[in-house]
Amino acid sequence: MISEPIPTAQPARQMANRFDPYEDNGGTTMALAGEDFCIVAADTRQSDGYHINCRYAPKAHQLSDKTVIGTSGFYADGICLVKRIKQRMEWYYHQHDKVMSTPALAQLLSVMLYQKRFFPYYCFTILGGLDEEGKGCVFDYDSVGNVERVKYQAEGSGKELLQPFLDSQIGLKNRATDDVLDLTEEKAIKIVKDAFSSVTERDIHTGDCVEIYIIRKDGIECEKYPLKRD
Amino acid sequence: MINLDFLNPVEDNNGLETEVNKEYLENLNVPTFDIPLCNNPIEFLKHQTEAAEKCRLSIVHGTTTLAFKFKHGVIVCVDSRATAGSYIASQTVKKVIEINPYLLGTMAGGAADCSYWERELGRRCRLYELRNKERISVAAASKLLCNMVYSYKGMGLSMGTMICGWDKKGPGLYYVDNDGTRLEGDLFSVGSGSTFAYGILDSGFKYDMTPEEAYDLGQRAIYHATFRDAASGGIVSCYHVKQDGWTLISRTNVKDLHYKYAEQPKAPLV
Repeated sequence: MISEPIPTAQPARQMANRFDPYEDNGGTTMALAGEDFCIVAADTRQSDGYHINCRYAPKAHQLSDKTVIGTSGFYADGICLVKRIKQRMEWYYHQHDKVMSTPALAQLLSVMLYQKRFFPYYCFTILGGLDEEGKGCVFDYDSVGNVERVKYQAEGSGKELLQPFLDSQIGLKNRATDDVLDLTEEKAIKIVKDAFSSVTERDIHTGDCVEIYIIRKDGIECEKYPLKRD
Repeated sequence: MINLDFLNPVEDNNGLETEVNKEYLENLNVPTFDIPLCNNPIEFLKHQTEAAEKCRLSIVHGTTTLAFKFKHGVIVCVDSRATAGSYIASQTVKKVIEINPYLLGTMAGGAADCSYWERELGRRCRLYELRNKERISVAAASKLLCNMVYSYKGMGLSMGTMICGWDKKGPGLYYVDNDGTRLEGDLFSVGSGSTFAYGILDSGFKYDMTPEEAYDLGQRAIYHATFRDAASGGIVSCYHVKQDGWTLISRTNVKDLHYKYAEQPKAPLV
């Protein structure tokens, strides 16, 4: 019963100089939540088509002691979004005298993305961190602010390669036996490194280096793991 | 950047506006939306979200949802798959939006559009309760939503929802969509798999069903839709709206339902 939007009075003219403010800079981000930790990882390659613009353009950003954000898609939009969310966190801090929690940030981010519903940010965001109870949490977004809390998620140019791997190794989907995953931090980091080196092997927009943010209750650590640069 | 806000049109500022009115309007304020500074913003957005576009902004779609009224209330059943093109973006989407303990909304079409506007609806329903000291009726709630999305008609919102609840008049069920359609009815199904669900639903529906029979009918209808519609799948969630609010009945993986139904004898064709 949902019909197409009513066509506008002027039919779309084929114009060479159409307003086209977007670009796809590729890149892969992922996050996974453990019992008392969370990992957010993003590669650092920035490309446009077959051209590699930069080998170190970070896509994961630390927002607080408990939250890290990862963006992929159009790099400029991602940077702008992170900049705006940092400012909103600053205002929140001065108004309420406390740092914004990860779930609160997740809802704010959803509304901020939806505010650009008619001129969207071309970026796919993952928010990872610890919630109020200290449990690991991951929030996944589409470009216009649909949010879902998940255990693990891959986004960006390599998501079609990465997500099935995570479904198999972390989600343990469709196993014949009832396996239980005891996801320790070491094991999680190993999976993340394997995941990124595998994606680098098959996705031209992913490579150079992966930044792995490990979020624990006593702080955030950032580990850089080099990837193939070809 | 131009701000666009159809819901709060500029007031006639003739100085007659009262304090009360101001406060009321402030409460009904919604965040304003940015639009691109170009010749035809709607055409721009349509162009960017087209399926074939290279820089396509993935907006998740594809669904089967259903709801029907019967003797013991309203049953709501949904699948949980979200697709962006042919990629399955998620198998665990919550397509029933719990607006408040007495109201449920379903999600079909753009996931962000549905969840954003139904959250806004929840806020307005709460304000209505505080102002009028009684719960909002299902009819009024659905009309609030309808009016909100109607003011953005033609701008590319995508939403097909059923508002289900219980009020003074008993069980309530309304269909609301992005072009401003609002229908009252006993049985609706929305989404790409809706035709398959209707087939099962219409053939098995009886007003005097027991709740258990109704849960089974709803789940079966969604299961068969997931079987034939590639854009539906995942987990079948089932809700029951009764006089004292809604309850979650079940969340069942389609895989488990498949083997459950395979073991049962098939109904003879008449």
